[in-house]
Amino acid sequence: MQSNSLLGLGWLKGTALMLLLLSGVASAVEDVVSFSDESLRPRYQQLLEELRCPKCQNQNLADSNSAISQDLRAEVQRLLEQDLTDAEIKEYLKNRYSEFILYRPEVNRATGFLWAAPVVLVLLGGLIILRLSRRKMPSQGEKVVSSVRSVDQQQRLDKLLNSHKRGSE
Amino acid sequence: MNRLTLFIPFALCLALGAFLFFSLGKDPLDLPSALVDEAFPEFALEELHEPERQLSTDDFDGQVLLVNVWATWCFACRVEHPWLNSLAKEGVVIVGLNYKDHRKLAQDWLQERGDPYQFSIFDPRGVLGIDLGVYGAPETYLVDAEGIIRHRRVGVVDERVWNEEFRDLYQQLVDEANAE
Repeated sequence: MQSNSLLGLGWLKGTALMLLLLSGVASAVEDVVSFSDESLRPRYQQLLEELRCPKCQNQNLADSNSAISQDLRAEVQRLLEQDLTDAEIKEYLKNRYSEFILYRPEVNRATGFLWAAPVVLVLLGGLIILRLSRRKMPSQGEKVVSSVRSVDQQQRLDKLLNSHKRGSE
Repeated sequence: MNRLTLFIPFALCLALGAFLFFSLGKDPLDLPSALVDEAFPEFALEELHEPERQLSTDDFDGQVLLVNVWATWCFACRVEHPWLNSLAKEGVVIVGLNYKDHRKLAQDWLQERGDPYQFSIFDPRGVLGIDLGVYGAPETYLVDAEGIIRHRRVGVVDERVWNEEFRDLYQQLVDEANAE
């Protein structure tokens, strides 16, 4: 029960963070581009956001204003006009700039850990929370003290406490 | 037993620390190259000095050679240039790829600093650049006699880089080409 509410809160925070990040993307640098068919524009935007600038590595092609990003934006536009699918365009650029250019890497041996890690960590976290919350709620009627200390230890403790009381009086 | 499990977070922290520490020395600009062990991409571009001459991979002529991507706007290319000149003197075949530049500026630049290139491919719009996956000059490619890219260096090739990354492989490729 407790663990559920904790997870729920995390999800809410995650969504808030995502929205915050997305609002940043909206104000990205972009050239004025014209398409023969306006339906290409949303695909163009989508691709620019998922392709990484090889020179300025923490930016995507939509954000970066470096010379190579400008060239690659023009290249993406050219390929879109040539009727290539999104997958084909990504493949085309991957063959030249290596997998590094994909901000959403493909699932393979090198990136498998990356993809699996969040799921594994959430499951692990959930397990730990579950175990901790169970441990803190002992079944009713059971005395906490007796489960922690042995009778022998309890007697010694009582004796020590009593002698201390006498000494301070 | 139970005591030992208390050390698990500590061990994890140590492992994470070690991982991060050893990642520090890595150069984040050193990207994996998609083109190593692939054929040098086909192109049809003009020669820098002779605009009427069309160049293609046929002009590599089965030689083991370096393709050096450079431009007059590229500061590091100035640093690199003297070493390319001395390599050319030693007999290493170097082909220039003048990348996103102006013809006149490039010609003057080579006039002034010496021209180590057997010929120069003029690529003002970076077409071949994109096919090669160039993302910044200078870049240097080692191409074998079959026209296969065998090594790529992004950044300056100076004496140290040549000795560390190129010399042995270059010699090996030349020997292989001569044996055939």
